[in-house]
Amino acid sequence: MDKIIVGLKRVVDYNVRVQVKSDGSGVETDGVKMSINPFDEIALEEALRIKESGAATEVVAVSIGTSESQQQLRTGLAMGADRAILVTVDGDIDPLSIARVFKALAEKESAGLVMLGKQAIDGDNSQVAQMLAALWGRPQATFASGVTIEGDSARVVREVDAGLETVEVDLPAVLSVDLRLNEPRYVKLPDIMKAKKKPLDEMPLADLGIEPGPVIKELQYAAPEGRQRGVTVDDVASLVAALKDKGLV
Amino acid sequence: MTKVLIIAEHDGSALNPSTAKCVSCAAAIDGAEIDIAVLAADTTGIAAEAAELEAVSRVLTIERAENEKPITAKLAPQIAAIAGDYSHIMGPSTTFGKDLMPHVAALLGVNQVSDIMTVENSHTFKRPVYAGNAIVTVEAPAGSTVVATVRVASWQAANGGNSATIAPLDAAAELPMHTRYVSLESAASDRPDLQTAAKVVAGGRALGSEEQFGLIYQLADALGAGVGASRAAVDAGYCPNELQVGQTGKIIAPDLYIAIGISGAIQHVTGIKDAGTIVAINKDEEAPIFEVADIGMVGDLFQILPELIDAVN
Repeated sequence: MDKIIVGLKRVVDYNVRVQVKSDGSGVETDGVKMSINPFDEIALEEALRIKESGAATEVVAVSIGTSESQQQLRTGLAMGADRAILVTVDGDIDPLSIARVFKALAEKESAGLVMLGKQAIDGDNSQVAQMLAALWGRPQATFASGVTIEGDSARVVREVDAGLETVEVDLPAVLSVDLRLNEPRYVKLPDIMKAKKKPLDEMPLADLGIEPGPVIKELQYAAPEGRQRGVTVDDVASLVAALKDKGLV
Repeated sequence: MTKVLIIAEHDGSALNPSTAKCVSCAAAIDGAEIDIAVLAADTTGIAAEAAELEAVSRVLTIERAENEKPITAKLAPQIAAIAGDYSHIMGPSTTFGKDLMPHVAALLGVNQVSDIMTVENSHTFKRPVYAGNAIVTVEAPAGSTVVATVRVASWQAANGGNSATIAPLDAAAELPMHTRYVSLESAASDRPDLQTAAKVVAGGRALGSEEQFGLIYQLADALGAGVGASRAAVDAGYCPNELQVGQTGKIIAPDLYIAIGISGAIQHVTGIKDAGTIVAINKDEEAPIFEVADIGMVGDLFQILPELIDAVN
């Protein structure tokens, strides 16, 4: 296989406790730390390992967003991606349109694999990989926690509710990756310097001939109903008594 | 006219309880007519179970040898072929539904509403984002099919007692060969299923080893509870991955959740927010899990657990 395309989404860092804006239009992102979606970082790490094993020749990092997503692509290049493509959009873009972007790029680049995080930790949708597989007419293996390339196919271990499922998919294919697939590498300073010289191409969405269709509108954001801190008990007898009171034991 | 098609989740012989929860969600839409599609190699037992669910009009069975295992590449084209005049197509937000439904949505050329918590009207729903730290009200476009997954922890299972019509259906669709099922490795257990158990005992990193995690199983068995775990405990290899509770694991809503040696990262807490009563046992009194616990106990779990197991027994 020649190329692996990896999607990198810019999201609010996973350590940030997000706050809903007072007008309900979204969550506060001003002055908030932004990072690569952690699942996407795992996808990139796996792509790099596949390339290092000799099973692929090039890793292309792709992001779709405003020019600010350059930051995340530069981090991806510093991790080891060979080049990056930023498809620019003005605001938010819906998952189906994102899947169409990846399909267009996968075909243009003749990618052997498209690797994505199993979900983005902002929208928590978990849709793009599955949609891409449908539009592209290629296999999907979602929630991957083990990937082995075997010539023209891949053996993928998937984390499913019942346990660990193994499937075999012909390449090209779409993978979405889960947490336990790998531990992403740390970026070293010389890599950051080197990454500055790697190619990062920008293209507007319209250049791919994609016009977003009807989207699911976000009407209103609200904070979730909170839980209240309850009582503290000092010994097991009180704990059991409290549970008995509630009819739970 | 609201016509909802629910895609049944099953293990090849029995209906998964997530399907009954999807029925409750569909029934929350005014005037909804609800059908369930069962895709399997042998649909007999599964369809009979589905037909018992309250408010279901018809159970449509699509029997094909290729439907023996839940491979999305094979199921989705059949579902798209029967989508026809349904206004809504729903599945559970379990790994089965999460894998399948976005693929179906894309085949139908629409976006998907993920993880419905509440129904406001036929096209307006509430769903969690940012690991449940925000709830957003979303509106699907009028005039196109609504494809959605249902956040199972937000819904009670529909009652039984119905006897809906069961009818075989032919879903003419060509199925690809590019995706092949190999195997499923599952830690067989007689304990209640984590996603539907009324009581769940969960352990975290503080258990310290796979062997010591056995205390969690002992307490669970004493209570007749299911077993869960934090991501840290799974990553450390104390227990299998299917026990993970949280944003990226299972979202559950038992009547009783006992978190033992779990600090309570937001990614974990989002998986248990809908529990009836949360009990936290942790040696660190500053652990964030105590902020959401109804009953908290600070102390050494290796002293507390044996005592608690005795007391319950």
